[in-house]
Amino acid sequence: MTTHSAFIDTPTLPLNPETKLLAAFKNDTHPDKVYLAGREYLGEDGQISVLPLTWKIKQQIGSDPTLGTEYPPGLGLPEFTRRVTDLALGKDSQAIVENRVLGVQTVGFMGAVRLGTELLRRWYNRSVAWSGPVYVALPCHDSLVDTLKAAGILDVRQYRYWNAEQRVVSMDKLTEDLEQAPEHSVVMLSASAHCPTGADLSQQDWSALAEVMASRKLLPFFLLPAQGLCLGDPDQDAWPLRHYASLGLEFLCAQSFSHSFSLYGERVGHLLLVLKQNSVLLAVQSQADSLVRSLWARPTVLGARVVATVLGNPAYLAEWRDAIRGLAERCLLIREQLLEKLRLLGTPGRWDHLTQQGGLYCCTGLNAEQVRFLARKRHLYLLPDGCVNVTAINRQNLEYVAESIYLALTSAL
Amino acid sequence: MIFFARFPAIAYCLLIISNAQAIFKWTTHSAAYRTDDCQPWVLPVVKKVEKIIVEDQSLNHEYLPILGLPEFRCSASKIALGEESPAIKEKRVGGVQCLGGTGALKVGAEYLRRWYNGNNNTGTPVYVSTPTWENHNGVFVDAGFQDIRTYRYWEPEKRGLALGGFLADLENAPERSIIVLHACAHNPTGTDPTQQEWMQIADVMKRRSLFPFFDSAYQGFASGSLEKDAWAVRYFVSQGFEIFCAQSFSKNFGLYNERVGNLTVVANDGENLARVLSQMEKIVRTTWSNPPSQGARLVAVTLTTPELFEEWKGNVKTMADRVLLMRAQLKAKLQGLGTPGTWDHITQQIGMFSFTGLNPKQVEFLIKEKHVYLMASGRINMCGLTSKNIDYVAESIHEAVTKIQ
Repeated sequence: MTTHSAFIDTPTLPLNPETKLLAAFKNDTHPDKVYLAGREYLGEDGQISVLPLTWKIKQQIGSDPTLGTEYPPGLGLPEFTRRVTDLALGKDSQAIVENRVLGVQTVGFMGAVRLGTELLRRWYNRSVAWSGPVYVALPCHDSLVDTLKAAGILDVRQYRYWNAEQRVVSMDKLTEDLEQAPEHSVVMLSASAHCPTGADLSQQDWSALAEVMASRKLLPFFLLPAQGLCLGDPDQDAWPLRHYASLGLEFLCAQSFSHSFSLYGERVGHLLLVLKQNSVLLAVQSQADSLVRSLWARPTVLGARVVATVLGNPAYLAEWRDAIRGLAERCLLIREQLLEKLRLLGTPGRWDHLTQQGGLYCCTGLNAEQVRFLARKRHLYLLPDGCVNVTAINRQNLEYVAESIYLALTSAL
Repeated sequence: MIFFARFPAIAYCLLIISNAQAIFKWTTHSAAYRTDDCQPWVLPVVKKVEKIIVEDQSLNHEYLPILGLPEFRCSASKIALGEESPAIKEKRVGGVQCLGGTGALKVGAEYLRRWYNGNNNTGTPVYVSTPTWENHNGVFVDAGFQDIRTYRYWEPEKRGLALGGFLADLENAPERSIIVLHACAHNPTGTDPTQQEWMQIADVMKRRSLFPFFDSAYQGFASGSLEKDAWAVRYFVSQGFEIFCAQSFSKNFGLYNERVGNLTVVANDGENLARVLSQMEKIVRTTWSNPPSQGARLVAVTLTTPELFEEWKGNVKTMADRVLLMRAQLKAKLQGLGTPGTWDHITQQIGMFSFTGLNPKQVEFLIKEKHVYLMASGRINMCGLTSKNIDYVAESIHEAVTKIQ
C-alpha cells in the first residue's frame, strides 16, 4: 500500500510504444534480431555512423582556447541561425534579402515544433483565442501530436497522406481534406523524406498544394528533419520551402541537424519563420524570446558551433556536401538491394516505392498482425504502421530481413 | 493579426568604465562569474574533462534516454541530497536531466500543473518571494498556473530577511500551495534564512501542507561548501517533506552554454516516484524530446571520478572565495570611509548578488555620474568587483550615500 503522498493522484503513464519496443528488442536474445525502428542513421556495422568531419570539428572546438562557456543568446548563436537559414532558403532568397525571416536555434527538432506551436498559439489569428486546428499527416511521427497538445493545441486533425495500396502520397485525398480545412488552419507538411513512410510530394504536387494553401489561407509548418539525406542534395531537399518562399507565402519550418551532422545527443534544432512583412519581425522575435525564456532559457552551444563552423567554411561545406551525398546514396543502395531480394523471393505486393523514395524511412505496407509476426517469430522490430529505418539493414542482415518480410506476407499467421 | 512588440529591457549589472575602457553590458539574464581580471573563467577541471570526452572513442553518439544520462541524474541528485541521504538509500529519489535550472523548473511546473493537488489544477497558488529571479513568474505562468502570489522576503529597513512577514504569508497560504524557495544565495537579494529560520519555515510548511519547490542554482558557489549550501534542501528532506529541487550546474561548473540541469524529485516511496517519473517522460518528450549530452557527460564524469571531484570542489571554492573576499573588502572599505549606514549585510549576504540598500536616486547618481552600473533595486553583481576597481566603487558608493538621500 502506498503511503500518502503529494503525488498520490498521479497515474502511471504507460511506457511510450517506442520505449517498449526497444526494451523488447534489448531483452530478445536471438542472434539474428534486428531493430528496424531506430531514429539514428546506422552504418554498415550496425552502429551510429559519425561523420568524420563532425568528429574533426568537435576536436577543433575542444582545443580552441578562445571559445568560452558563456551563455549564448536566448535565440541561439547568430552564426548558426544565419547559416542554417541560408541552407534552408538559399542565400539569395528574396525573403532573406527583404529581412522577413526569423531564425531561432532550438533544442532539437521537437523543440522547434514546440516553440513554433507556442508562438502560433499566442499570436496567430489574434482575433480569437487560438488553439487550432493544426493538421498533421496520417501517419506522422508519434510524438508530434503529443507535442502539439502539450503546447496547448486542442484541435489536432489528420489529413490523409499515405496511400497504403499504391504506396505513394495520396494526393487527391490530401487535397480533399485540406480544401475542407477551416481557414487559417495550420498544416504540418514534411518537406522531404517523410517520417515514417518515406513518401514525398513531387514538385508538381507541391505547386498544386500551394494553390490550395493560398486559397484556403492555410499556414504551412514544414518539417525538415534531415536536409540532404533524401535526395543527396540539401538544396533539392529544401525545394518545397524555397518554392513557397518564392510564391510569397508565409510559413514556419522545424529543422534538425541530428542526422545530417551526426549530432544526435547535441540537440541541434532550428525554427525558421518566413513572414510576409518585415514590419512584424521584431515583434515576433520579442515573443519568441519571451517564450524561450520559459522553455529552456537558452539553447546548447556545442552542436550549433559544429554546424556553423562547417557551413561557414567553403572547404568544410564541400566536404559536408560530399558526405551527405554518401549517406543518401547508401540509403538508396540498401533500398535497391532490398527490392532485388524481395523480387527474387517472389514476395507478393508492390515494392517499387522502395527505390522511388529516398532517405531513412520506408513503409513496408505490412499490417499490424504481420508486424507482430516479425517481432515474435523473426525477431525483427518495426516502427508502427510497418515502417522501417532502412539504415538498420546491412550486408549482414539483408537476406534475413528480406526473407522475413516474404514469410510475413506468405505464411499463415 | 495584431502583434505587440515587447522589447526586453537590457539592464546592466555592476560594471565600470575606467581609462576609457569599453563598457561591457550584461543583460539581466547573464549572471556569470568573472575573475579578478573581469574575464569569464573556464574551470580547469572542465577543460580537462572536455578533452577526455572528445578523445573517448568508445562513447556512443546516440540520443540520450528521455530522462537523461543515468549517471548524471544519479550523481546530480546525490550532490543535492548528500551521498548518505536516507531518501536515496530508500530509493525514493529520482532525477530528470533538464535544460539548465530553467528547464528543471519548467518540467517541474508542467508536472505540478497536470497532476498535483487534484489533477490538472491550474488554480493551485504558487508563491514566489518578493523579490525573486525575474523568470520564476514566467515559467509558472507559461506552465498554466493562474494564481501566482508572493511571500514577503526582503525587508529594506533592516536590509535583511522579512522573517515575520515570510512566516505570516506561509501561515495564510491555502493548504497544498506550491512554495518556490531559493536553496541558497537568494537571487536577487543574496539574503538567506539562517538554519534556525529555515527550521521555522519548514515547521509552518509542514503544518500547512505546503509543497517545497527548491531552486538551487548556486550550490558550492555560495559558501564554497557543497554541504553548507545544500543544508536547507537536506533539512526539509530529513523532516519528511516531498520536494522538487531544480538544480543548475551553470554557475558551479561554469557551463553556462551547455545547459546542465537536473530536477531532483523526492517522494514518500518508490511507487509514487515511479509514477511521477513516468509522467515526466511525456513532458520531456513533448518539450525537447531528450536532453543534450555534452554538459551532462562532463558533470557526470567529474562527479564520479574521485580526483576530478576533488579538483572541481577546489575550483568551486576558488570562485566562492573570490566573491567572499570582494564582499569583505567592500564592507571594510565602506566602513573605513565612514560611509553612513550599516554595511554588515554585504558580508551577511551570500552568492553572486547583493542588495546594497541604495535607493533609486543613489543608483541613478552612480550610473550617471560615476559610471558604476547596477540595478535600480540596488542590486549589484559581486563578480563585477575586482581588486582594481574596488576602491573606486567603494568611493563612489560613499559619494552617492553622502550626497544623495
